[in-house]
Amino acid sequence: MEKEEKKVVLDSGIEVKTVYGPDDLAGFNYHEKLGEPGQYPYTRGIQPNMYRGKLWTMRQYAGFGTAKETNARFHYLLQQGQTGLSVAFDLPTQIGYDSDHELARGEVGKVGVAVDSLLDMEELFSGIPLDKVSTSMTINAPAAVLLAMYIALAKKQGVDPKNLNGTIQNDILKEYVARGTYIFPPEPSMRIITDIFAFCKKEVPKWNTISISGYHIREAGSTAVQELAFTIANGIAYVEAAIQAGLSVDEFAPRLSFFFNAHLNFFEEIAKFRAARRIWAKIMKERFGAQNPKSLLLRFHTQTAGCTLTAQQPKVNLIRVAYQALMAVLGGTQSLHTNSYDEALCLPTDEAALLALRTQQVIAYEIGVTDTVDPLGGSYYVESLTDAIEEKVWEYLKKIEEMGGAVEAVKNGFMRREIEKSSYEYQRAIEKGEKTVIGVNRFVIEEEPPKDLLKVNPEIEKVQLEKLKKLRANRDNERVAKALKRLREVAESKDNIVYPILEAVEAYATLGEICGVLREVFGEYRQE
Amino acid sequence: MKKIRVLIAKPGLDGHDRGAKVIAQALRDAGMEVIYTGIRQTPEQIAKAAVEEDVDVVGLSCLSGAHNELFPRVVECLKELGAGDIPVIGGGIIPHEDHAYLKEKGVKAIFGPGSLTADVVKVIEELVREEGKDV
Repeated sequence: MEKEEKKVVLDSGIEVKTVYGPDDLAGFNYHEKLGEPGQYPYTRGIQPNMYRGKLWTMRQYAGFGTAKETNARFHYLLQQGQTGLSVAFDLPTQIGYDSDHELARGEVGKVGVAVDSLLDMEELFSGIPLDKVSTSMTINAPAAVLLAMYIALAKKQGVDPKNLNGTIQNDILKEYVARGTYIFPPEPSMRIITDIFAFCKKEVPKWNTISISGYHIREAGSTAVQELAFTIANGIAYVEAAIQAGLSVDEFAPRLSFFFNAHLNFFEEIAKFRAARRIWAKIMKERFGAQNPKSLLLRFHTQTAGCTLTAQQPKVNLIRVAYQALMAVLGGTQSLHTNSYDEALCLPTDEAALLALRTQQVIAYEIGVTDTVDPLGGSYYVESLTDAIEEKVWEYLKKIEEMGGAVEAVKNGFMRREIEKSSYEYQRAIEKGEKTVIGVNRFVIEEEPPKDLLKVNPEIEKVQLEKLKKLRANRDNERVAKALKRLREVAESKDNIVYPILEAVEAYATLGEICGVLREVFGEYRQE
Repeated sequence: MKKIRVLIAKPGLDGHDRGAKVIAQALRDAGMEVIYTGIRQTPEQIAKAAVEEDVDVVGLSCLSGAHNELFPRVVECLKELGAGDIPVIGGGIIPHEDHAYLKEKGVKAIFGPGSLTADVVKVIEELVREEGKDV
């Protein structure tokens, strides 16, 4: 007799059958559900030949300490075959404070690089021609300021901004629910975002104006379905805001991009990525009437799930990350960050960062998964799961719609409560032993405390403070004052705010000064 | 019997509050009264809240690496308010080599990634007992 089986239910609430077969796909219409790769609804991928044409961009998120130290890490990663840059900024930068602000104490250079002015940006990209790389910047509330610095730097390098490639995260809605680096209230934040869309269309047409991010929603504890549903709901809100601001959908939609998490359940994640493309394409076509096929494409970056890394037996993380990276590739990602094995302990050391990059290279060059497009397409299980996830996402989208949309679901706390519920259930499942975490609740061993962790130089705060002092003494302060005055006027009007920000940045106004003006005009958001 | 009151707080600019919220809920489930400050609190604000809310224990969470600066500052601020007897514990991404420094500065216990909420509950109960508080 066969042993009785336990019920298997994914975190998203989808029950998994013992076996899947043709009956599960009865009536399955290939062209409606999948389409050829590169064709509507893009379930199989956004390109007809996917990785046979071009591999994903290997883009490792990096940044710590001073601009000079981070620049050295960038050069190291590029030498090792990384194909795109991704800048991690420290928290004061992300929240619009200069390094000498009192709330910056202890935080300068810690989770990323400190950037106070164009001067730091010049050091950060020293020796890196901006027309030769694509750069992603994890920056949200002050995204316009950092983008302006990047453009100003390109001009100084003699690079036409029209040739710049890269991404700003610029996704404020998920900051309110999951990540926490908001500054202004939702309404002015949405205005800044749509101003950025309009500015980029004209001035930096190849730039990805936003990276609508589920990654952090998942890290905050959501399920795969919630990650997808809330991200797409946020995406809808941005599209609506831009249309309201007078842009036509095909003007900005081709530059929207997404960012997802590769968590632990292998097939659930792959199905999530496939469902994401299909749902977005439908929304853009049917709801927003997009005509340009590029407006329908959900292009996305993936990062392996930081929250699944363990501080216990940290080298086991190498194995987790390798599988997670594989999920992203089988799911058709456009770019990928693989976490370093030591990230539950500290920022990655050179050695750990290198192994993370090598993990991607093994997948790209050694194991043959790039040989054909969407190799799991047609699998009874994967297609059933893709359908099940899609269905559950539509349910959430409907609920959020009834609430008045994503901005409302952010403001009334709906998204946050849903995430909190899931994250608590997850933790309880671990503590009850229903979920296995190797090294934490099973296969535990006694370990020595880890050695040789990366430590951010504690002198960094002093270095940055000195630099700021010198900058404020040596720049043309009259020009700065004029630029900030102009910024205030535009912020109070309905004109595009990015232009005066660019002027201010070029005058070497600091990030804190620029955001300070905007704080005065727009006010600050406080979470209840 | 009076319930144990705990302030869970996020000092500094770090927005990662998944852990803080999970701990808050677990402590509530263990019968404690928990006040969660929300993110981006200064040590001064946290100490003031601890006194005003008359808590038995303060639990700090920080994942940004600023713990060596922020945790001892909370301990100091509590002393300045004459509330140095409120024990402070902390959690987050805190390298082992920083534990000794934080303990020397008056932080009573540190919980790293992978800690079980049941252990946090136990330590809080012990701390309150040690304080000899009438709870």
